[in-house]
Amino acid sequence: MNYNWNWHIFLEPNPMGTGTYLDMLLAGLVVTIKVSVLAWIIALVSGTVIGVLRTLPSRTASWIGFCWVEFFRNMPLLVQLFLWFFVLPELLPKSAGLWMKQLPNAPFWTAAVGVGLFMSARVAVQLQAGIGSLPRGQKQASTALGLTTVQTYRYVLLPMAFRIILPPLTSEFLNTIKNSAVAITIGLIELTGQARSMQEFSFQVFEAFTAATVLYLLLNFVVVTAMRLLERYVAIPGYITGK
Amino acid sequence: MIEINHVNKWYGPSFQALKDCTTSVAKGEVVVVCGPSGSGKSTLIKCVNALEPIQGGDIILDGIKVNDPKTDLPKLRSRVGMVFQHFELFPHLRIIDNLCLAQEKVLGRKHDDAVVTAMKLLDRVGLKDHAKKFPAELSGGQQQRVAIARALAMNPIAMLFDEPTSALDPEMISEVLDVMVDLAREGMTMMVVTHEMGFANKVADRVIFMDRGEIVEDAKKADFFGTPRSDRAQKFLSKILQH
Repeated sequence: MNYNWNWHIFLEPNPMGTGTYLDMLLAGLVVTIKVSVLAWIIALVSGTVIGVLRTLPSRTASWIGFCWVEFFRNMPLLVQLFLWFFVLPELLPKSAGLWMKQLPNAPFWTAAVGVGLFMSARVAVQLQAGIGSLPRGQKQASTALGLTTVQTYRYVLLPMAFRIILPPLTSEFLNTIKNSAVAITIGLIELTGQARSMQEFSFQVFEAFTAATVLYLLLNFVVVTAMRLLERYVAIPGYITGK
Repeated sequence: MIEINHVNKWYGPSFQALKDCTTSVAKGEVVVVCGPSGSGKSTLIKCVNALEPIQGGDIILDGIKVNDPKTDLPKLRSRVGMVFQHFELFPHLRIIDNLCLAQEKVLGRKHDDAVVTAMKLLDRVGLKDHAKKFPAELSGGQQQRVAIARALAMNPIAMLFDEPTSALDPEMISEVLDVMVDLAREGMTMMVVTHEMGFANKVADRVIFMDRGEIVEDAKKADFFGTPRSDRAQKFLSKILQH
């Protein structure tokens, strides 16, 4: 293989005039972090609402939850991003469509919402399973004490359900970060995007993607560690994972 | 206090769990409900505070119709204490917080007042020293005593017990029954589903015997243990009293 390895490339100035190639990659990392965190918040909030809807006795509620989950998890993420970015503005009334197209930083917002909604289906299903794994008597006991349905979920069911699903939620957070790379297809220059443009400018493809890989690994390692700490912090003495 | 008039309940279209059940519990009365498993005793007691809906008949609690859609069920339920077979303490809350949650969220008591009430009741069931522990750190008998204290913290007008000792090791049954006997002697209105015939003999005013969803026998304690009128009640008694 005729390849000129050049690990000093990171310290060389990039052609955009924004500092070195390393600065370029780090700027991409920041975008990746921003879009992933925003997507994860959207996924957690809407996933929680939908997951709760799916556990309510009301037929309408569980039907809404069912439709949401099946819509967002049965379509490839790539197709969903295209839908939000290219198709939706054309389907909306003219003024709304125009507003979407002229939105500053449109790829960023579309990616955050698109990845967020895609992940919300997975959060919803896991939360539903977490709530379902609690003894039926828990809901009965808090209902019998006079707590309303909202209070029962807020103070009794959700605090336990979230503790139970924390380990799989960690994986979903990591998936959110990894899925954010798909946003490159709608023009978001995040970490993968910056690695690609570094490759195009410098022809150092292996160095560029090695660096991107390392940065993804580091970022996910931080997330895993933080979630471990959170797990330990909320562990209940004497109860399953508690000590 | 509790009036149950011609109550019918079905699970699904075909299985009738309660068949035309009629009985009542007067103020200060202790009524024990017994019968073989699957006879509908737990279902009956769960209908009293509308944890289970009924399809026919009426249940009237302290003058308020439970199965009236206009009834404020959370408010009504907060006035009736309920103790479950599997304790159903909230595992993520310390014992003291288990006792305070509904006092604060349902009755709107101030935290300090709720703590005072809670500590008084924990003292009464002999568990004051365990206030800061989590449920999983207590034995079954201790957890059930906490569950009774949690129900009492709402100043209930009546108490419902759904097989409160069935999930306990034999050596822990008496510590729970002692608390219940004290309660009965203080004049608490109680409806108790149990197989503890010793408890029934000691404090019950009346005993109800159920079989296959029907109230087969509803008699004063002396009559029930003396000469039950039905064959089925006699057979049941001979089986559980022979040891």
